[in-house]
Amino acid sequence: MAALDQTQVKEGIDQETVDAVREVGGAYKHGWATDIEMEYAPKGLTTDIVRLISQKNEEPQWMLDWRLQAYDRWLTKEEPSWAMVDYPEIDFQDQYYYARPKSMEVKPKSLDEVDPKLLETYKKLGIPLKEQMILAGVEGAENAPAEGRKVAVDAVFDSVSLGTTFKAELAEAGVIFCSISEAIREHPELVKKYLGTVVPVSDNFYATLNSAVFSDGSFVYVPPGVRCPMELSTYFRINAENTGQFERTLIIADKGSYVSYLEGCTAPARDIAQLHAAVVEIIIEEDAEVKYSTVQNWYPGDENGKGGIYNFVTKRADCRGDRAKIMWTQVETGSAVTWKYPSCILRGDDSQGEFYSIAITNNYQQADTGTKMVHLGKNTKSRIVSKGISAGHAQNTYRGLVSMHPKAKNARNYTQCDSLLIGNKCGAHTVPYIEVKNNSARVEHEATTSKVDDDQLFYCRSRGMDEEAAVALVVNGFCKDVLQALPMEFAMEAQQLVAISLEGSVG
Amino acid sequence: MLNIKNLHVKLEDEDKQILKGVNLTVEAGKVHAIMGPNGSGKSTLSYVLSGKGGYEVTDGSASLDGQDLLELEAEERATAGLFLAFQYPVEIPGVGNMTFLRTAVNAQRKARGEDPMSAADFLKEVRKTAKSLKIDAEMLKRPVNVGFSGGEKKRNEILQMAMLSPKMCILDETDSGLDVDAMKLVAEGVNALRDGKRGFLVITHYQRLLDHIKPDVVHIMANGRIIKTGGPELALEVENNGYAGILAEVE
Ligand SMILES: Nc1ncnc2c1ncn2[C@@H]1O[C@H](COP(=O)(O)OP(=O)(O)O)[C@@H](O)[C@H]1O
Ligand SMILES: [Mg+2]
Repeated sequence: MAALDQTQVKEGIDQETVDAVREVGGAYKHGWATDIEMEYAPKGLTTDIVRLISQKNEEPQWMLDWRLQAYDRWLTKEEPSWAMVDYPEIDFQDQYYYARPKSMEVKPKSLDEVDPKLLETYKKLGIPLKEQMILAGVEGAENAPAEGRKVAVDAVFDSVSLGTTFKAELAEAGVIFCSISEAIREHPELVKKYLGTVVPVSDNFYATLNSAVFSDGSFVYVPPGVRCPMELSTYFRINAENTGQFERTLIIADKGSYVSYLEGCTAPARDIAQLHAAVVEIIIEEDAEVKYSTVQNWYPGDENGKGGIYNFVTKRADCRGDRAKIMWTQVETGSAVTWKYPSCILRGDDSQGEFYSIAITNNYQQADTGTKMVHLGKNTKSRIVSKGISAGHAQNTYRGLVSMHPKAKNARNYTQCDSLLIGNKCGAHTVPYIEVKNNSARVEHEATTSKVDDDQLFYCRSRGMDEEAAVALVVNGFCKDVLQALPMEFAMEAQQLVAISLEGSVG
Repeated sequence: MLNIKNLHVKLEDEDKQILKGVNLTVEAGKVHAIMGPNGSGKSTLSYVLSGKGGYEVTDGSASLDGQDLLELEAEERATAGLFLAFQYPVEIPGVGNMTFLRTAVNAQRKARGEDPMSAADFLKEVRKTAKSLKIDAEMLKRPVNVGFSGGEKKRNEILQMAMLSPKMCILDETDSGLDVDAMKLVAEGVNALRDGKRGFLVITHYQRLLDHIKPDVVHIMANGRIIKTGGPELALEVENNGYAGILAEVE
């Protein structure tokens, strides 16, 4: 009966979720704003703005040169139009590229010195900025060590990082975890060696823009043979109006190391759409492994499609060494427009890439998301599991590339792509590109599209669940394979999000 | 307990009348059986009582212990104590059977203003009931009805019924597709719930289920109406002579 016990506890989460969701009520939870005095760079984008950002971050000359070069490249580039998303033209001169709370003018030495109002913001968001154990007060937490789990947090607010927790304890293990602006100042040799080596400056329009104007983000270096002693996470909060957020994250897992990294993001509900263009680069050396999980919950716009975040993100991991491993897991519930393809370059022999994705679009949200698996090395393996859910008038596209290069002998890919439709005004699209340039490679692709079935909902309701609980249950069931890939705390949050994002999608 | 008066039902999107004046009263503690040819409206009756969409009640009423059922949402009817064991139980991929059950039990408790059942109590209860229905731990873990055999699906319905402990149980052809042993298990499950207070409405084609679940009253339904009502001997008559005689007699 032991097995039964386990089932009970593990699956109890779904119940908790449904209960939690029932209590939450109201759709987007994080739509409030923090009222705080801000300092802005002048509107628009010029070399002066690029210089100003660099100067605010107290950067060395080489960094400024890098940015200016990116800016020049950006001027020559055009916005991509191949994605299945439709939005009004963005006026890149009609927004702010740098916004920081006035109180951050003098860099706080530690989080204790940060303006309490800012700290309060994170508390309200449920992000722990104290160096405390996360006692997952949930069933199923029995997998965590008895004393709880530690999660180090880098808190990024608009254009600046407020601070990073557990730095000292991580440093003892040799792990560097700090904001990218601090890394540029304190660890220039590492930043110089790796920045732009996975996502080159001229990779694409948004990545080039980011390279010119990124303001903050996180930096992680895990030295050879080190298993990072806790989960690392960055929480991005957009607060300022009319301001783009351009974060830059650089993660390096040196030989034989391991790290699990989580990323969360929210923004206030505003009528005017806001731009978010991030770049994440991950370098994974021989025998190292990185897990990167995202719960993207940017403001999605209102039920008529007004406002919301335009999320144009370039995320890429380079499995440089043999037997390197990367696992991307994403839960995309927010944003008005999502354009995002976390990718894996499987360069090392026997390296592995995995991509697990849940993308939920409701009302007028649009998501064009997927992954690229580029198999360069021998015996490389990749696995893609994508679950797209559309409701309301939303459009949801999976776009994926699996590329088997001539030297990728015996490479393997498995892709499973499932779409779920709620109602009949939404759309789901699957666009798989497959390139196989050697005979020993194998690519498997499966795709399904289904509807949330009235019979399923009635079955649940006839047992006493109300309509929203029923939808949440059915959709969580549909997403199960991906939810299981998330760390515990994130899985809980994600399940709740699944339910909240779909509020008002039926009936 | 269950009071159905002059119930007229048509399809919502089509001009098709299915129930044409059903009258039926099931008293507390009694077992009523409904038999009748395919297409006579038996499943429709059970769906309309439990609040499935797609039907329109054009006349008549249905109440449970004086409470108007037709005014309530499906989940409110469930909370009020109505349960339908489906003729074709629905599959829900990815949702563990146990999760489903616990979500349902606690949703009803919550709606009644009760605390959720503790994990330990719930587990104890499920294990006990599952065991009596020969449902093993493996089946509790599997996604709801996915890949279940016909017999497993029906036993699973009875497990849900036992866990939800309704006042009024409707069983829609719970016996069809079952072998004798499975049918006995189902019948035992139902009989275990007969406590003198619950009402049962057992829809079936076959006398053989009624050998195991002894009905107090048997109704024959045809063409959207109950055309004849009698004691258990009526079921035997159908078994021996089919519906033809009864239909002719009524006409
Ligand atoms: N949703 C529906 N759409 C079309 N016809 C229906 C629907 N539900 C029931 N019917 C029709 O109503 C009649 C009664 O069906 P049903 O209640 O399933 O009968 P029974 O359970 O007695 O076999 C049949 O003619 C059936 O085809
Ligand atoms: Mg039927």
